[in-house]
Amino acid sequence: MGRKLLLDKAHIEGIRYYDTYRSNGGYAAAEKALKNLGPDGVLDEVKKSGLRGRGGAGFPTGMKWSFIAKPEGVPRYLVCNADESEPGTFKDRYLMEFIPHLLIEGLLISSFALGANSCYIYIRGEYAWIPEILEQAIAEAKNKGWLGKNILGTGFDLEIYVQRGAGAYICGEETALIESLEGKRGNPRIKPPFPAVKGLYQCPTVVNNVETLAAVVPIINIGGDEYIKFGTGKSTGTKLISACGNINKPGVYEIEMNISVEEFIYSDEYCGGIKNNKRLKACIPGGSSVPVLPANLLLKTAKGETRMMTYESLADGGFATGSMLGSGGFIVMDEDQCIVRNTLTFARFYHHESCGQCSPCREGTGWMKKVLQNIEYGKGKMSDIDLLWDIQRKIEGNTICPLGDAAAWPVAAAIRHFRDEFEWHVLNPEESQKRNFGLAHYADPIPAPAAV
Amino acid sequence: MAEDKKMFKVKIDNISVEVEPGTTILNAARLIGGEVVPPAMCYYSKLEGSGGKCRTCIVKVTKGSDADPRPMPKLVASCRTTVMDGMEVANITSPEVLDARKGVVEFLLINHPLDCPICDQAGECHLQDLGYENGSEATRYEFKRRTFDKVDLGDKIKLHMTRCILCYRCVFTADQLTQKREHGILGRGDAAEIGTYIKQSLDNDFIGNVIDVCPVGALTDNTFRFKNRVWFLKPVDAHRNCNNPKCCGKVVLWMRGDEVFRVTARKDEYGEVENFICDECRFEKKDKNDWVIEGPRKINHHSVISQGQYVNTVKPLDPLVDVLDGRKPKLLFNIHSESQVNRPEIDLSKIEGPAHSDDFIIKKS
Ligand SMILES: Cc1cc2nc3c(=O)[nH]c(=O)nc-3n(C[C@H](O)[C@H](O)[C@H](O)COP(=O)(O)O)c2cc1C
Ligand code: SF4
Ligand code: FES
Repeated sequence: MGRKLLLDKAHIEGIRYYDTYRSNGGYAAAEKALKNLGPDGVLDEVKKSGLRGRGGAGFPTGMKWSFIAKPEGVPRYLVCNADESEPGTFKDRYLMEFIPHLLIEGLLISSFALGANSCYIYIRGEYAWIPEILEQAIAEAKNKGWLGKNILGTGFDLEIYVQRGAGAYICGEETALIESLEGKRGNPRIKPPFPAVKGLYQCPTVVNNVETLAAVVPIINIGGDEYIKFGTGKSTGTKLISACGNINKPGVYEIEMNISVEEFIYSDEYCGGIKNNKRLKACIPGGSSVPVLPANLLLKTAKGETRMMTYESLADGGFATGSMLGSGGFIVMDEDQCIVRNTLTFARFYHHESCGQCSPCREGTGWMKKVLQNIEYGKGKMSDIDLLWDIQRKIEGNTICPLGDAAAWPVAAAIRHFRDEFEWHVLNPEESQKRNFGLAHYADPIPAPAAV
Repeated sequence: MAEDKKMFKVKIDNISVEVEPGTTILNAARLIGGEVVPPAMCYYSKLEGSGGKCRTCIVKVTKGSDADPRPMPKLVASCRTTVMDGMEVANITSPEVLDARKGVVEFLLINHPLDCPICDQAGECHLQDLGYENGSEATRYEFKRRTFDKVDLGDKIKLHMTRCILCYRCVFTADQLTQKREHGILGRGDAAEIGTYIKQSLDNDFIGNVIDVCPVGALTDNTFRFKNRVWFLKPVDAHRNCNNPKCCGKVVLWMRGDEVFRVTARKDEYGEVENFICDECRFEKKDKNDWVIEGPRKINHHSVISQGQYVNTVKPLDPLVDVLDGRKPKLLFNIHSESQVNRPEIDLSKIEGPAHSDDFIIKKS
């Protein structure tokens, strides 16, 4: 059994409520942070822990915190990003539903470290039942003196507010989230200035993912030096993976970042193998925005090394032969899945979710969707494949926020690794409406192509 | 003191310029002027917060600064990126920039109706200029283009959303110039549109300026629509004592004979208005006698509008003398004696390939 830090107590009966949480060691980290460590001590531990943001980009959290501007007399804010709208990602939901006090405790410690007296949880609108769970946990914590004025007699004040979004993926982007929180249209801001300097209400702000902030609790409990003994290399600690697709046991798993992708997919502790004994075709390891990998490149890197469930290993080979750990939305596809159809599904999503501010994303996402629709429904031309490639290339890197990149990457990766499947669709317009391309040569026995 | 203020040295396309800290790359390029100035479709120096959206002004920062010479990893929007001391920027000298810009222009055009022949903005449209300078000759877009219904924003302004490129300039104008903003962006992605809730009319002293800031023909002047093509009109600088304290009263009258067809603010070489004007000046004062005429407006001779200029035009030199090798021009040529081509003795069927002037040279042997 892999070691756990976040969900180890998630299945204790009644852990959702304060008394059970507290009697199982809850709020010990908060006590330690506020009474012994002080803000700088907390920051030191987080820096030492090597914790990286769990929202997708994997930016070192300690470093992010140390960037926050501290002008005199200006409030600072901590915002918890619970918007979780990336297709394939559903790990924060699990954490908030089962063990909400872990998040509240994490928010308390983090706010204390940052000197923030107000903290906002911006939660995905579709998670309609979770705000209630969080509000209850907040009320309990406040009742017991963990929130409000002069917490534990330290003079530190904190209020936590829950704000629901209205159903826009783009409001997960940190600056769009801030705009939305201010009551405006959720358009990403043009950076700089970064939120650490001018964020919510033009004040210094840190935006972190739910899981990132929850992970602060075990870090304070065991100390940063112990935390880096979990995981490998620069992928320290544990990571929540939401696994879905054609696997026997879809669900949320906490993994220590030292297992292989193969173990994660096939072992009974995690996904339990591919459903109905089918063969693995492809996988999107980190949520819909990251490049899809064919089975041969998923299990082994282009260099022939075992691919591990870590930030570094999944990114090995760059975009030519690698992918990203991203937000941990692990989508598995078996031999019956159609890559073109899957790419179209994602393209439709990004087209629908583009905020429309900048031209490449506003116009390009819709264009890609339409071209993919033609290919998928047997009306495509060979030149459409090159056209798709060119469109994604002209979106990527030329937009205000990373949604443009996120729309371009899946299309690029699908064409890069599965071009023959696209060509088959074009050459066999009728047959492609009746059956799938199948596994072709993407699966295990064929060696990985040399890096390009 | 102004002198001991530190200036930043920047190089744009290998041309050096010194600018104040806080200047954007785009404005530094405008100080240099000419071809190195990136095109800007959404940035508007007089509107706070504008820019960054259309992405036509992207450039490559090849050297970040003297302190940190690393290049920037991505192309950046020059209108929203401030210069650093020692920064080096490539605009037209970077094939990568030109390629990316071509992509942006293509994106801006795929859903544009290309209805220039019936668009009032034709001739002064920034999208036309941009497409001409950076676009391709044909489209690769094979789908139905996005359309919207035309809407009247009040009785003076027509919104033709189908032509809009969502630069947000009009929203900033309404926000910053008028008492209350009644319009904004509705919808998301490529379904986003400029709109007023329940088509509320825009009734504001300065709302007419949205027409001037619109880079395309999405917002046009209802009092001028379809009355004339801009290049048939003569732009004339004029002013009046406007009693609206926020209005400068300095305008351009677009005239034909003594008739004033429309009134606009005065625009600089980047298409930005010098000073905003009030709606009374713009819509109500269409009589020449309302104005003190200053004289014809200088128009760049590359502009199609320069056609309408009527004074200071120099009579072109007569090239006929050169063309005729010093021979006296005759009013009527005898085409048979002058033209080499008209020589029946040369049998065209014996010439290999298409006939060429060399085939008609009288061989002096
Ligand atoms: C289009 C888009 C959507 C995003 N959605 C989320 C989200 O739902 N949840 C999240 O935590 N981060 C999301 N992010 C990443 C955030 O912008 C931000 O990087 C993150 O919240 C930082 O937290 P971390 O450092 O703890 O990972 C999104 C980014 C983009 C560009
Ligand atoms: S990349 Fe897309 S989502 Fe992001 S700001 Fe531009 S249009 Fe909006
Ligand atoms: S002018 Fe710079 S992005 Fe539009």
